[in-house]
Amino acid sequence: MVVTNTTERKPCLSGRGVTKVFGFGNQKTVAVDHVDFDFREGDIISIVGESGSGKTTISKMILGLIGVTEGEIFFQGQPRDIKTHRKKQEYWKGIQAIFQDPFATYNMFKKIDEVLLDCINMRGGKNLPKEEKERLMTEACSFVNLKYAELTNKYPFELSGGQMQRLMIARIFLLKPKILLADEPTSMIDACSRATILDMLLKLRDEINMTIVFITHDIGLAYYVSDTIYIMEHGKFVEVGKADDVILNPQAPYTKRLISDVPKIHEEWDLSTV
Amino acid sequence: MKNTINQAFHSPKFVFGFVIFAIMLCLAILVPAFSKADPLAMQAAACYRPGTYFSIADAIEAKKYNLKMDIKSHRFDKTLTQEDKDSMVEWLVKFGNVEESEIPADAEEFVVFWINNYKDIKIKGLTNAKKQYYRKLTAKLSAMLKTSDIVIAGEDPDTGELIEENKIEFNSFTNVNDVTVRKTFLLGTDNFGRDEFIELCHAVGTSLKMGLLAGTIATIIGLILGLLSGYLGGIVDDIIVFITNLFTVIPSFVLIILISFSVDQSARGVLLVGIIIGATSWTWTTRSVRSQVISLRNRDHVNMSKLSGHSLIRIVFEDILPYIASYVVMAFILQISSAILAEAQLSMLGLGPATTKVATLGLMMNWAMSAQTPLAGQWWAFLPVIVSIALVAFSLNLMNTGLDQVFNPQLRD
Ligand SMILES: Nc1ncnc2c1ncn2[C@@H]1O[C@H](COP(=O)(O)OP(=O)(O)OP(=O)(O)O)[C@@H](O)[C@H]1O
Ligand SMILES: [Mg+2]
Repeated sequence: MVVTNTTERKPCLSGRGVTKVFGFGNQKTVAVDHVDFDFREGDIISIVGESGSGKTTISKMILGLIGVTEGEIFFQGQPRDIKTHRKKQEYWKGIQAIFQDPFATYNMFKKIDEVLLDCINMRGGKNLPKEEKERLMTEACSFVNLKYAELTNKYPFELSGGQMQRLMIARIFLLKPKILLADEPTSMIDACSRATILDMLLKLRDEINMTIVFITHDIGLAYYVSDTIYIMEHGKFVEVGKADDVILNPQAPYTKRLISDVPKIHEEWDLSTV
Repeated sequence: MKNTINQAFHSPKFVFGFVIFAIMLCLAILVPAFSKADPLAMQAAACYRPGTYFSIADAIEAKKYNLKMDIKSHRFDKTLTQEDKDSMVEWLVKFGNVEESEIPADAEEFVVFWINNYKDIKIKGLTNAKKQYYRKLTAKLSAMLKTSDIVIAGEDPDTGELIEENKIEFNSFTNVNDVTVRKTFLLGTDNFGRDEFIELCHAVGTSLKMGLLAGTIATIIGLILGLLSGYLGGIVDDIIVFITNLFTVIPSFVLIILISFSVDQSARGVLLVGIIIGATSWTWTTRSVRSQVISLRNRDHVNMSKLSGHSLIRIVFEDILPYIASYVVMAFILQISSAILAEAQLSMLGLGPATTKVATLGLMMNWAMSAQTPLAGQWWAFLPVIVSIALVAFSLNLMNTGLDQVFNPQLRD
């Protein structure tokens, strides 16, 4: 089910027959089942699916954080080679992620400054003067509506879930990766700031031509931000296409159900079907 | 770090354990520091009771005082217990053909009455031990009835005649402070006549040092193997798990015994015993560190560290170790206490450190047992040792559970 998009942009990340099986024997779970995908450079791609459909699993495989049971992933048109830790370090320079659970994402023993400093160092800013580093961090924080002065010398567990997610995005702002996998990056941020932050991400995309893989279960949000939508059900992509096509003219029954389940504010809620 | 220490001292369990431990540690450090004497020097004959001993010759020469005091009844009051009285009455009624009403109530009259009526005869239905008891009691009581002065005489070398040199009147006293030569054994002496208290303080120190050594060795081996096995996985993990299982299947105590047995007794110092115990008891730490690391290595904070381009070593030290540090500290404390116990067990079997060099808690137990002090009722030879072992292990375990409360992230605010 390869997207037959006729744009001249080439895919920067593709997969063929990518499969992940957890456990063995009776305990076997097929989390991702022979999926193909082509993510084009500069696109915003949404992967939409309900809980447990394998969204997080596929993103971890793409990141190279867990092994692929079967199939192959291509990076910039070449089969991906991340056999050693050294090669992985190289790979991660261009691909970054925002994890689903902000509370589990941070090392509790490291101060917030260190998290941001790591990003500056990774971008080769190790030898910058202290003031310049602080200016960069302040800029990144204000980008996500956080105050750097309030965060210095704090530990991540002293922040709220939403603040942690914003910090994650500030990190991406500093790192400016080519590809970003964002696993429900705004799940704990209020609707108002969510729109701002999503707009920021879109701006970032335009600035540095970043490819964003946006993972969500909110099909409305996916429609709002993305160019291409992948609908995922039980580890398989059941529908793939341009956002307009998928939302306005859904083919798969699962997609239709997802769309009809979006609550509409101006309609009265029919509690009998719940 | 500072925060954790602060929190630890808010846990009553930890504080209680710490206080006990600190007291034991102070005894083990201060007493040897102030008494320079060799703790294994023999100072008396075997197993003297705790108390102050002073020279009788000195007491005879010391200044005499006369006190107005009914010495005899005082003696009876002090020495004749109700229990003794009851068994005496029992004997008189059962075997002495005496009516209970005939027995006088006054202590002195009662003793006189007893001496007049008691006969050391063969009686059926009385155990040997009981007979012995009556015989001893009677001898003691008749000595106490004496009120004559004591005359100290010297022998004339020519005639062989006894010449009075000194006379101690029945009611003369001396002030304890006037007797200059005396020695206090706080906990008596052991079966070799060594000062039990001094020896015990040295032994606690030695045992703690040994426990520290064994605990450190066990924790370092366990930590390194557990980290390697848990983080690297794959073939390294398989090999380490295999070795660990091998060590677990053979109970470590059997292993300790076998190794100790194969080392010559004279070469077996405290250091070596500590190394043997440490080198055989790391399995437990390895297994728990491994399982903790396995559950940690796929956490998102580790993933994020990877994405930030950190090296494997840095990930282990920054993202894994801090999370298990509390756990390792607790394992370390437990290893110390179990090493002290293992040394005690080993020494009881006669496989502990060489017996002539230092005292350890286990060796003191071994000496007390081999001299059969429990049978002889010489409690001071073994009870303080048992209590010390128990207190050290107990305080370490208390600190451990106290830390458990502190390190639990749920309690961290
Ligand atoms: N480490 C694992 N071991 C075994 N099974 C796993 C593991 N991780 C995920 N799974 C299983 O794989 C399936 C997909 O999980 P995944 O986390 O990818 O879902 P998801 O789409 O991200 O769901 P959500 O929206 O709730 O985050 C689930 O059935 C889950 O039970
Ligand atoms: Mg998920």
